[in-house]
Amino acid sequence: MSTQASRASARLMISPAVLLLLGWMIVPLAMTVWFSLQRYNLLMPGMEAFIGLDNYEYFLTDPAFVTAIWNTLALVLGVLVITVIGGTLLALLLDQPMWGQGIVRILVIAPFFVMPTVSALVWKNMFMNPVNGLFAHIAKAFGLQPFDFLSQAPLASIIGIVSWQWLPFATLILLTALQSLDREQLEAAEMDGAGVFSRFFYIMLPHLARAATVVILIQTIFLLGVFAEILVTTNGGPGTASTTLTYLVYVQSLLQFDVGGGAAGGVIAIVLANIVAIFLMRMIGKNLEA
Amino acid sequence: MSRAVTPRRKAITTVLAWIVGFLIFFPILWTIVLSFKSEGDAISAPLNVLTSTWTMESYEAVQERSNYFLHFWNSVVISFGSTIAALVIAIPAAWAMAFVPGKRTKDVLMWMLSTKMMPAVGVLVPIYLLFRDMGLLDTRTGLVIVLTLMNLPIVVWMLYTYFKEIPSEILEAARMDGATLRSEILYVLTPMAVPGIASTLLLNVILAWNEAFWTLNLTAAKAAPLTAFIASYSSPEGLFYAKLSAASTLAIAPILILGWFSQKQLVRGLTFGAVK
Amino acid sequence: MGKIQLKSVRKAFGDVEVIPPLDLTINDGEFVVFVGPSGCGKSTLLRLIAGLEDVTSGEISINDTPVTALPPAKRGLAMVFQSYALYPHMSVKKNIAFPMKMAGLPVEEQEKRIEAAAKALNLTDYLDRKPGQLSGGQRQRVAIGRAIVREPTAFLFDEPLSNLDAALRVNMRLEISELHQKLATTMIYVTHDQVEAMTMADKIVVLHAGRIEQVGSPLELYRKPQNRFVAGFIGSPKMNFIEGAEAAKHGAHAIGIRPEHIAISATEGAWKGTVGVSEHLGSDTFLHVATEFGTINVRAGGEVNLHHGDTVYLTPDLEQLHRFDAEGRALA
Repeated sequence: MSTQASRASARLMISPAVLLLLGWMIVPLAMTVWFSLQRYNLLMPGMEAFIGLDNYEYFLTDPAFVTAIWNTLALVLGVLVITVIGGTLLALLLDQPMWGQGIVRILVIAPFFVMPTVSALVWKNMFMNPVNGLFAHIAKAFGLQPFDFLSQAPLASIIGIVSWQWLPFATLILLTALQSLDREQLEAAEMDGAGVFSRFFYIMLPHLARAATVVILIQTIFLLGVFAEILVTTNGGPGTASTTLTYLVYVQSLLQFDVGGGAAGGVIAIVLANIVAIFLMRMIGKNLEA
Repeated sequence: MSRAVTPRRKAITTVLAWIVGFLIFFPILWTIVLSFKSEGDAISAPLNVLTSTWTMESYEAVQERSNYFLHFWNSVVISFGSTIAALVIAIPAAWAMAFVPGKRTKDVLMWMLSTKMMPAVGVLVPIYLLFRDMGLLDTRTGLVIVLTLMNLPIVVWMLYTYFKEIPSEILEAARMDGATLRSEILYVLTPMAVPGIASTLLLNVILAWNEAFWTLNLTAAKAAPLTAFIASYSSPEGLFYAKLSAASTLAIAPILILGWFSQKQLVRGLTFGAVK
Repeated sequence: MGKIQLKSVRKAFGDVEVIPPLDLTINDGEFVVFVGPSGCGKSTLLRLIAGLEDVTSGEISINDTPVTALPPAKRGLAMVFQSYALYPHMSVKKNIAFPMKMAGLPVEEQEKRIEAAAKALNLTDYLDRKPGQLSGGQRQRVAIGRAIVREPTAFLFDEPLSNLDAALRVNMRLEISELHQKLATTMIYVTHDQVEAMTMADKIVVLHAGRIEQVGSPLELYRKPQNRFVAGFIGSPKMNFIEGAEAAKHGAHAIGIRPEHIAISATEGAWKGTVGVSEHLGSDTFLHVATEFGTINVRAGGEVNLHHGDTVYLTPDLEQLHRFDAEGRALA
C-alpha cells in the first residue's frame, strides 16, 4: 500500500504527534538550558542576568550535589538489585505448577498499581512509624526497641518502599520471558544429562539475561525520577540523607526558588538519563528489526 | 513438561507461593483492614486491630472533612482526559506508521520513545513557569496537557504494535473486494483494532492515575487529583491512620481492579517490545 | 471475457530489479499457472496484475483496456490469498457478502449469490460461524466463495494450498479444477509445486529470477523444455544431467535424461553403476545409482529386485535424450 497518495496522507497523520512531541521536547528543554545560564531567582524577579556556567559550577561544587549523586546511585542500584534478584526468584516460583497460581499472581502484581503517594504513606505510617507502626508493635512484642526507620535509615527505607513497588514489574517481565522459553530446549538439555541447576545456569539464565537487561534499563529510567516517595516521607532528610538528584532540583527550583540553579541541576539530570537511554534505545532498536 | 508432578511437590510450592504472595500483598491488605477501624483502634497493636469493631466511620470522616469526591473526580477527568487526547493524536500516527511504513518510520518511532526517557525534573522549571504565566497552574486542563504529552510516546508505541499485528493480507483482501479507503477503515481495520485500542486505553488510564510528579507539583487545592490529595496526609493533625487508610483504599481500589486485567498490556507497553 | 495482457512490465524495489521487462498474454478462460522456485517473482507478478503493487514501468491491460493506473478495487479481479485473509470479526456469510456490499449490490441479489456459492462449496451449514471456528479447508472454501460472488473477470490464486496438509491439498486441487471447468473464467494460479502446476494448468509460465523461462502447456514443457532450468524444474523426480565426455559424444555440452526414460538391466547396458539408496513403493521403484558421471536417478515401474550394493546397467532411451549447449539452451 505504498503508493504516492498514501505517503502524503501518512505524513499528514503522523505530523500532529511529531510536532507536539517536538515542541514538548524542544521548547521546555531550550528554556531549561537558557535559565541554567542565568541568575534567576523567583524571589527577586527582574534581576535576571546572564552568568554563563556559574550555576553549573555552583551546583556541582555544592556538597549537597555530591550527596545527591551518591544517594541517587544508591537508590537506583539498591532497588535494581532487590527487584531483579527478587523478581527472578519470584518468577521461577510462579512458573512452577501450583494451585491457585492466578491468585498468587494477582497478589504479587498488586503493589505496582498502588499510587506512589499511597504506598509511601502507608509504609511510613502503618509500618515504619516508631510509635504506632506495625514493625514497632512487633519489636515491642519481642521486647526490643522500635527502630525509627525513616530517621535512622532514611535512604534504605525509601529503597525498601520503592523496591516493594517495582518488584511486581520485574517479576512480571521476567515471568513473561521465562514462560516464553521453549520447553523443548529444557527437555533436550535433560536428555543431554543436565540436572536442575545446570539447566538453570546454562539455559534459563542466559534467556532471562536479556529480559533482565530490559528490566534494568527501563527501571533505571523511571527510578531516576523517583519523587513522590521522598516528598511524603523524609522530604529528602534528615538533612540531605535521602535527597536524590531529582529531589535536589525540586528543592532548589520550587522551594528555594533558585530557578537558575535548579535548571542547571535539571540539565545534569537530563545528561545522566540520556546515557542510560542510549543503551535502552539500542536494545529496542534491535528488537524493532525483528 | 507434562510428566506428573508429585502432589507433595505441588503442595509445597503452593504453600510457599501463597506465603510469598500474602507477604507482598500484606501492606495493601492491612490498609484495607485499617480503613474499617476507628482511629484509636488503628494505632493499637495488630492483634487488637484484628479483633476490634469494624466501622465505616473513617470513610464518613474522609468524605466530610475533605472534599474527597472532588479529588476523585479530578483524577478521573485527568486520567481519562489525557488518555483520550493521546488516543486522538496517536491513532492516526500509529496507523500511518504501521500501514504505510517509510524509510524513516523506525527512526521516528524510536525518537518518540526516547522523549519518554527524558527526566521530568529536567523541564520542571520551564513548565512550572509557563503554566504560571498562562494561568494553567492548579487547573485540570494544564495537567491534562502535560500528561497527554508525557504518555503520548507509550500510547503511539502500543497502538503501533497492535496495528502491526493486523495481517496486511486482510486489508489487501478488502481492497481486492472493492473497498474504498473509508470502507476499509470502517468495516475491517477498526473492528480488528478495537481490542488493541481498548488495551492501550486501559494501561494509559492506570499510568495517568498514578502519575506522581506533575500532579504533585502543578496542582494545589482545586485541581489536585488523588495523588496530591493523599500526599496532604504527610503532615496531618491528630490521629489519621484510619482516615488515611480509608482514603487510600478508595484511591487505589479502581486501579487495582483495572490492573488485574492489564498485565499483558503492561508488559507490552512498558518494555517497548524488547520482551515478548 | 478475461483476457489479460502484460507489455514490458518491469518491477524494481529501489535499485533491485525483481522483474525485468516481461511480456505475457493470458487468454480468456485459460487456467494459467505461474510456477518457479522461491523468490522467482511469481507472487510479485500476481500482485502486479492484482494492483496490490505498482509496476515500475510497462502496461497491464484487461480485455484490451489498460488498467495499469487503476487501483485493485476497480480492476474487477478476485484474489484468494495464501493465508485466506478472511475477516475474523465477520461471520462466513458476512465475509462472502462483503465484496457485494462494497459494490452496492441489492440485498436480494447478495442473498442469491451467497446461497449459490455456499451450495457449490459445501458451506451452507457454516454460514453463521466465524473463521476462527473453521478448519483450514473450510476457510479456504470461504475465501474461494468470497471470490466467486464477485463474478470477476479473472481469479487470482496466491499459493492457496500451501497451508493445507497433503491429503487435503489433493482434494482441493480437484475442487479448484472442477470450479474452473464449471465457471470457465480465467484463472491465474501461483505455486512452487510443479505437480500442482502440471495437473491443473492449461498453460504454465515458468519463472526464474523474474524472467519467464518458458510458456507452454504442461506436456510441451515436459517433452520440449527450451532450457536446462525448465528441464530440471518440470518433472519429478528431476531430470538427470550429465556433462563432459559422455555429453560430447552426443554433440552437446550437457545431456539430460529423465529417470523414467532409462532402462535397467542387471547384465548389460550403456552405463555401469552401483545401486546406492533404493526406494520401493510397490507401484514404482526409485534407484539412486552411482556411476562414473555421478549419481543417476532411475525410475522403474512396478517392483525391481535391486538393492543397495548391486551392480546395475543403465541404458537411456535415445529418443528422449535432451541436449543442451554451454548456455543451457536446448539443442534441437
